[in-house]
Amino acid sequence: MAVAIQCRGLRKTYEGKVEAVRGIDLTINMGECFGLLGPNGAGKTTTIEILEGLLEPTSGQVEVLGRSWQSSAGDLREWLGISLQETRLSEKLTVRETLQLFSSFYHHPGSVDAVLEELSLQEKADAWVGKLSGGQKQRLAVATALVANPKILFLDEPTTGLDPQSRRQLWDIVRQFQQRNGTVLLTTHYMDEAERLCDRIAIIDHGQIIAEGTPPELIERLTGHHVVEFALSDGNATNGHNWSKLPGVQSVRTEDGLFSLQVQEPHETIPALLAELQKQRAQLVHLTTRQASLEDVFVQLTGRHLRED
Amino acid sequence: MATVEQPPVVTKPEQPVKTNGRWIAYARLLQMRMLELQREPEVIFWVFVFPLLLALGLGIAFREKPADVTPVAVVQGPKAQQLFDLIQRSPQHAAIQVEVLSAPAALDGFRLGKYALVVTMDDFGVHYRYDPARPESVLARTQVDDALQAAAGRRNPISTETKSSSEPGARYIDFLIPGLLGMNLMNSGMWGIGFALVEMRQRKLLKRFVATPMRRSDFLLALVSSRLVLMLIEVALLLLFGVLVFHVRVEGSLAAILLIGALGAISFGGVGLLTASRAQKIESVSGLINLVMMPMWIFSGVFFSYERFPKMALPAIRALPLTALNDALRSIILQGASLHSQLGRIAVLAIWGGVSFVLALRWFRWS
Repeated sequence: MAVAIQCRGLRKTYEGKVEAVRGIDLTINMGECFGLLGPNGAGKTTTIEILEGLLEPTSGQVEVLGRSWQSSAGDLREWLGISLQETRLSEKLTVRETLQLFSSFYHHPGSVDAVLEELSLQEKADAWVGKLSGGQKQRLAVATALVANPKILFLDEPTTGLDPQSRRQLWDIVRQFQQRNGTVLLTTHYMDEAERLCDRIAIIDHGQIIAEGTPPELIERLTGHHVVEFALSDGNATNGHNWSKLPGVQSVRTEDGLFSLQVQEPHETIPALLAELQKQRAQLVHLTTRQASLEDVFVQLTGRHLRED
Repeated sequence: MATVEQPPVVTKPEQPVKTNGRWIAYARLLQMRMLELQREPEVIFWVFVFPLLLALGLGIAFREKPADVTPVAVVQGPKAQQLFDLIQRSPQHAAIQVEVLSAPAALDGFRLGKYALVVTMDDFGVHYRYDPARPESVLARTQVDDALQAAAGRRNPISTETKSSSEPGARYIDFLIPGLLGMNLMNSGMWGIGFALVEMRQRKLLKRFVATPMRRSDFLLALVSSRLVLMLIEVALLLLFGVLVFHVRVEGSLAAILLIGALGAISFGGVGLLTASRAQKIESVSGLINLVMMPMWIFSGVFFSYERFPKMALPAIRALPLTALNDALRSIILQGASLHSQLGRIAVLAIWGGVSFVLALRWFRWS
């Protein structure tokens, strides 16, 4: 399979002090949607901007489409479509004018009308950018990248701050691009976005990759498939009990009186759990089971939640 | 990894591949810049309307007034009519307005400033009542006295002739219009380029642009070109205004004026670019721009001649770009000077523009 983006030993130190990226290796294949998942400040934006050729790494190699930024910046710029985090486009230009401007920068741009249609922006084509809603502005930002007719699409936090409907609209746009053989690299701190949209994911924390794989692989490798959560009426009474001794339990977490057991087979664990609770005369006030998610993976790896807000 | 059949590729109906020529990006950048300016009402006001208002206000304030008429009260009495006739017969009669009133009314009017002088005539002669603290009163006394003496037959031992100088070309408004033109080119160049750049940097728009294949030189060129287009309109408007409203006479060639205007716009564009090359915030660049422009507002002879400053300071003042621009514009507009005679000033402008452009490119921060 052809490689779209490759980097080795990527490091970035700002002002000789802050180490934003501390040794990242990545291989992203052609046609893949790859996600960099991590909390705010993990080094996602620094990493993607190095790959986009906008930041110089302190050390490490980057190859995009087999070329390096030092030798082929001109060609690479033609082939990449980039949407930065928080670009505020000129408010007094219309949507169409903005896209015409961006398309003029490329040697072989895509058609403005086709991009307007693909991103459902035709109705707003003659509206000033300043009058658009947040979701429309974000779609326009992606449109300025797509009008390049790129081989690789870079999206830095494309759905941050958007309502659920606008997020789903953007996901559809990314999938359409991928269906046309496009490669996508995106950053996000939404685990559901990474899980639904990305073929493969690298979880980044403190400037390092702490796990990499397809979403099901990560969930399978790092936790049980399922999570059993329960709470008791007298929260602390049974805190001392070692729940990990129950059959099938792989790990245990306690948070605000809520116990989370990561398990392989809920139908083995739950009867044993209920029996144990009866034995201790503890009263159950809450019991759920669910599929494990990337959030659980992240919590297991770092002991923190992905979004601490 | 096992070889898997490639999934069927969904392709969109093939569009004809569009190819952009070399100057498309520049043309679009310039077009969008002009559209943005045109949609910014405050730009229209500050760049086009404000200088006209300034010229109008100052032109009216310093216009040549018709000669002042001195209001004089003559107190009623048997000889009042004789006095009145004498003044009317005098060569100065047009400059003196005489009213005949009762003594209390005349004194009242004098006290309130309605009359500059009260004149009474009786058998002993003419009596003046004037206030030595009021200049117009002092003037009126001399004027009326001269008028009466002349009307009564006094001959001047020396013949004198007076010529008033308020012809087009030597008035304050003639001095002012080229200065306003220069100041306006500086203002709009510094703000139009410096402010716009920092705003785009703050919005991360510059960074977004350099993430595309856009040539950076195209971008800067388009920005400077937009100033040149505005310069054409500014110069035309202000000159036309001066000619139509104040009958300013343009002695030099229009081409020379436009060329100097263009050089000024580019030069201040370079200075604006340098001022904005590093600043990250609108607030900091506003301060910087004012700091750079302040000395030129004061020293470069916009509103009054810089020759009034100490001689020692003159070489430094002449080395300022706005001084060179104002002097060159004045020479060409008012005296019809040739471009050739302005080479020194042209060099000053070119050096300011060139050096700051080179430094700006070296230090420029795109993100």
